Amino acid sequence: MPVNETLSVYSDLCYAAALAVFMLGLLLHAAEYGFTRKPKQRAATPAAGVAAGGVATLDRPEEDSPGGAVGPGVRDRRPLAARLGRMGVALTVLAAVLQLASLVLRGLATSRIPWGNMYEYIAALCLAAVVAWLVVLRRHPVREIAVFVLLPVVILYFVAGTFLYAEAAPLVPSLRSYWIIIHVSAAIVGSGILLVSGMGAVAYLIKSAHERRPERFRNLGAKLPDLVALDRLAYRTAVFAFPILTFGIICGAIWAEAAWGRFWGWDPKETVAFISWVVYAGYLHARATTGWRGVPAAWINVIGFATVVFNLFFVNLVVAGLHSYAGVG
Amino acid sequence: MAEESKAREETRPGRAPHRVVLATLRNYWRGLTTMRTALVLLFLLALASVPGALLPQRSVAPELVVDYYNDNPRLAPLLDRLSMFDVFGSVWFAAIYVLLFTSLVGCVVPRCAEFVRQLRARPVLTPRNLDRLPHHHRVETDVSPEEAVAHARTVLRGWRVAEREEDQGVRTLSAERGYLREAGNLVFHTAMLGLLVAFALGELFGYEGQTIVRADGQEFCNSGIYNYDSFNAGISVDGTNLNPFCVRVDGFRAEHLPTGQALQYHADLSYQVGDALETGEWSEHELQVNHPLRTGTDRVYLLGHGYAPRFTVTFPNGEERVKNTQWRPVELQTMLSEGATKFDPPGTPDEEERHRGQLAITGLLAPTPAYDGTLLTSRFPALNEPAVAVDVLRGNLGNDSGRGQSIFEIDQEMVDAGLLERVARENLSVGEELELDDGTVIRFDGVDDWVSLQVSHDPAQIWVLVASIAVLLGLSLSLGIKRRRVWVRATPADPDDPGGRTVVRIGGLARTDQAGYGEEFTRLAAELEPAGRSEPPADPEPASARAHGKDT
Repeated sequence: MPVNETLSVYSDLCYAAALAVFMLGLLLHAAEYGFTRKPKQRAATPAAGVAAGGVATLDRPEEDSPGGAVGPGVRDRRPLAARLGRMGVALTVLAAVLQLASLVLRGLATSRIPWGNMYEYIAALCLAAVVAWLVVLRRHPVREIAVFVLLPVVILYFVAGTFLYAEAAPLVPSLRSYWIIIHVSAAIVGSGILLVSGMGAVAYLIKSAHERRPERFRNLGAKLPDLVALDRLAYRTAVFAFPILTFGIICGAIWAEAAWGRFWGWDPKETVAFISWVVYAGYLHARATTGWRGVPAAWINVIGFATVVFNLFFVNLVVAGLHSYAGVG
Repeated sequence: MAEESKAREETRPGRAPHRVVLATLRNYWRGLTTMRTALVLLFLLALASVPGALLPQRSVAPELVVDYYNDNPRLAPLLDRLSMFDVFGSVWFAAIYVLLFTSLVGCVVPRCAEFVRQLRARPVLTPRNLDRLPHHHRVETDVSPEEAVAHARTVLRGWRVAEREEDQGVRTLSAERGYLREAGNLVFHTAMLGLLVAFALGELFGYEGQTIVRADGQEFCNSGIYNYDSFNAGISVDGTNLNPFCVRVDGFRAEHLPTGQALQYHADLSYQVGDALETGEWSEHELQVNHPLRTGTDRVYLLGHGYAPRFTVTFPNGEERVKNTQWRPVELQTMLSEGATKFDPPGTPDEEERHRGQLAITGLLAPTPAYDGTLLTSRFPALNEPAVAVDVLRGNLGNDSGRGQSIFEIDQEMVDAGLLERVARENLSVGEELELDDGTVIRFDGVDDWVSLQVSHDPAQIWVLVASIAVLLGLSLSLGIKRRRVWVRATPADPDDPGGRTVVRIGGLARTDQAGYGEEFTRLAAELEPAGRSEPPADPEPASARAHGKDT
């Protein structure tokens, strides 16, 4: 099975373009922060508040009001920050399309599933995270945390494309199984969604620290969505991802039974996946337990995501185990 | 002071000592079964697994544990005493999960009972004042209360409903749905318990053994532990009564990319199982990575392969010995292999004499040779005019020294003691030979393939799968299904008021996942409104809209 070099080159080009577009989008979202006025200052300009209208939007008056504001002296345009934010989202969509193109081309170039080594795995994981983020954005008005979600994605994407890059090549024998489609894609989708969840929890922690003592995270904290929205975002995404994670682990066990002769053997990767699963199970329970809701639950979510990242990097690159398919070094 | 209160407690009438003990036990039990304790135990479980990921584990990679001992001679014994190299078999790890699962049982059993009770009970009474609920809606209509409630009943198909009559012709309807959520929850937790039990059964009755078999028609039979190179027995497996079957490896093929990366391994297997063992019939199976042979009771896996160089030694007295001991790959990409092929001199019953004349051929085997000067390396993993670079040693191999002997190495201590001496060093291609000072001739005849096979037996693994599927199913139900309550109260028009109309009040309560109920309730309330409704109520801020606003 020869590798199609041309397609592989186009895949790399799409990758680079996606990274560039991502960075630009991230910059726009960062600029959105810079140009957002703090709620306190906004309260001083009642015109804007009235124009935005209604109870529902009092928390976030800069949210785009339908048909534009009609206050005196206010031009029929969205505030600069909102316009920057919307451009950021548009670029994120474009980047996601480029990411998808890069993955598809890689798959076509090698005639196989495009997640056979760490570079491809992270690329797919980033795509899953971005898609999850865009879906979340359609349902929850939480654009303010775009930087939180996109920054780790951009870092991961950059690290994968530079330090972990692997030439397009066919799979090693142990990966030649249809389970790679099921098991690895479940891991990718689950981890991608958990990234969004974890970053929502980080934003929650910053916001709640700010609300307890307003001098902490003075600028950032004031501009974040309210705690209820952030908690809901983190919880909903985690609830969605947890069964996927469970499914991925079970599929991994079935595959391990066919490939290595046992369904579970405490290989480092398996062990850390087990730890992640237990931590996220803890998160779901904590959120239903008095005294553990809110900040403790958010911390547990962040720890859960930390174990996922640890599993990705430390176990692949440092610990020698059966899952050493990184294809680096 | 503590003594005093204790004394008082004991003398209190009706507080017999055994009651105190029972009360204490009950309190411990209650403490253990709280969610808080379960959470703490969950985190302890996660924390306890961390060394299992960071430190080498005996069950996974015993050789790495030895390395760790060599690198940290002081720390390692200390860690070993804490079972840090056997985390998942350690007492403290078991203590955590046993407590956790006890707590789980203590939580699940009463919840099962409660759930059964709920299933039998009718949906709860309609609250007196529906306007106080988080979601509520009011509408006036011309239809009678009976019709309004009947309409609600048709809308709430699939819900559990209870219709009740109150004073003065007031009709109410209580509805609830999402019972499957709790069912899923209970299935999930029970299945976790089942998973643990099935896992434990596998540890009790399972076994796993590895063996190396040459792909030149060599046979392997699962008749006893001694046939294996390594064997991990389950706790109640003593190595007798293994499931009988035999395999024969007739051939081996590997496909490679030009870069040397392996694409796929194929081993041509013949096997006998059951009656075929008596009749001597062989069945065929192509063994591949990811495609084990399943004999019904056991599974046979292809784990890897390697090369076995074949040497013919012609001793000075004219006797010949042929051996193709397997060598092990040192570079997977090029299959450069190392090993030691060992010979006893023929016809030497005298031990001393034998100890002077034993031979070992050790060195490197390159399937596709490349030379850097005389230094042999390999360019490619497949066989292309293979070559060996060998040292021939003569003397005492140390077989009777009492130390464990590796089949891949010579005993370095014998060399250091001067009992084993190098007598030749040469590069040989296939067919080439070398002659030793005493006239012994060693010929390199060629290379055979060997495969490493693993035999696994786990009678409970199917139950692990069943439990896992139940876990996933229960989890999806318990996270995906929402519990909702809705009530309808239709109050008939005041007979004294000529313009009076039926008032329908609707109230909703989300028992889980409140956040999403706002829009859902608004939609539901609109459907529940009986036909012939009039203008929306003169409420300045419609209740449903308010509920909606609170939610977005």
